Amino acid sequence: MSEEENAVEPEEVRHVAELARIDLDDEEVDRFTDKFADILEYFETLDEVPEVDAEEELANVMRPDEVHDGLSQEEALDNAPESEDGYFKGPNVS
Amino acid sequence: MSTEYNGYITTERIDGANDGPLAGTTVAVKDNISTEGVRTTCGSAMLDDYVPPFDATVVERIKDAGATIPGKTNMDEFGMGTTTETSAFGPTENPVAEGHVPGGSSGGSAAVVAAGDADMALGTDTGGSVRAPAAFCGVVGIKPTYGLVSRYGIVAYANSLEQVGPIAPTVEEAAQLLEVVAGPDERDATTRDATEEVGEGAYDYTAAADGDVDGLDIGVPTELLDGADERVTEVFWDAVDELESRGASYHEVDLECLRYAVEAYYVTAMSEASSNLARFDGVRYGQSGGYDGNWNETFARAREEGFGEEVKSRILLGTYALSAGYHDKYYKKAQDARAWIKRDINDALEDADVLASPTMPVPPMEMGESLSDPLTMYLADANTTPVNLANLPAVSVPAGETDEGLPVGLQLVGPAFGEKEIIRAGSALA
Repeated sequence: MSEEENAVEPEEVRHVAELARIDLDDEEVDRFTDKFADILEYFETLDEVPEVDAEEELANVMRPDEVHDGLSQEEALDNAPESEDGYFKGPNVS
Repeated sequence: MSTEYNGYITTERIDGANDGPLAGTTVAVKDNISTEGVRTTCGSAMLDDYVPPFDATVVERIKDAGATIPGKTNMDEFGMGTTTETSAFGPTENPVAEGHVPGGSSGGSAAVVAAGDADMALGTDTGGSVRAPAAFCGVVGIKPTYGLVSRYGIVAYANSLEQVGPIAPTVEEAAQLLEVVAGPDERDATTRDATEEVGEGAYDYTAAADGDVDGLDIGVPTELLDGADERVTEVFWDAVDELESRGASYHEVDLECLRYAVEAYYVTAMSEASSNLARFDGVRYGQSGGYDGNWNETFARAREEGFGEEVKSRILLGTYALSAGYHDKYYKKAQDARAWIKRDINDALEDADVLASPTMPVPPMEMGESLSDPLTMYLADANTTPVNLANLPAVSVPAGETDEGLPVGLQLVGPAFGEKEIIRAGSALA
């Protein structure tokens, strides 16, 4: 990467990765930095799009607030890598 | 069951009811659609051993209709890809064009149908993921109107764009499968009743496959042909000639907005993905990595290990597009483009019964060819993404083959809840 105007800095990639909760190693940061510069430059063409009034036909969808059967506690916990006493178990905070 | 092209991730058979409109038929199901008691991986190491405790509504409906599910089909990880090469379970090969990709992300579903290992299949289409593999594998794929089919039990990628759609050898069979899965679902508040939109008989899709195109008025958006490969446009125009010889007529339409569809699609889809995939932290399901310490750091390490390259890339770009200082530049502009595309395509459909274009602007790529350059892969979605942005229905039907024997698909786009029109038109060709 040289000094292009819209170049993405490795620090930006690290910052976004932190926001997204994805750990990246240095080699990945370099790779994503190059790739993102290309893709974001391509997305720049959206600047040419005029403002358009969106006429969204939105409708509220209501239903009666009734009790239905849901998953049992056992079913809900079935896919958890770790659980204890009927609870999900997250990482220990040291 | 043939697996030499890696079409299935899981081949556990699920039996349906004893009778019904799909009795005696096999319907393969894409692996991002939940099947009770049968592993559903989404093509990701993150969900390698995830077993859903419930069926997706579409799975319930095909089982009730008598279908047997022969297995869960291979796909791009979390639906992110155009070639079915980003699966954590290895790429799928195109069974009708060896050495080439089957298209994606429902590549496994199209491949097992093309190879004859399933009668029909379900896929999901977020930016063309049913139509692209249908076109590349020489079969039929329908992307329904947004809201026609329930998304309950589908692992979410980009909710405002995606729909479940059928893949089958013929338009009539695809219509039959659509007829079974379509209709409102109280568990998905974005579903709508087609009867209220277009009147009685709205769901009679199978009967609409009568091949009658006499008097059909076809609009051809020039923007979708300008960038296409010549080998593809030749086959496309031959198919249009065929429709003309059976009583249809066509006129060209100019839709400048379509030039921005790919960018608007990717910014929107990546933004929604960054939000949807936040749920994978390895606590309630998924790979945990088994680390202890600061929660944010342990989740970040688990996500680093569980997600593949393309998924990480899209989550990061989506996070970037939504982050402070960039929201107006990317996300808001993408929504403007979406509104523009919606308005202009709907206007074009006032003057035409359907819009036609090649489904894919290129023939099936060679395996490995587009992975090194993501922009090449993204640009292949130029003709399919406008339909998702506009929430409209579209069908891809086999139009013929290039001189090298590579399948080419013809896409027909209809007005909202106009499934019967595109089915009728498409059934004239396949």
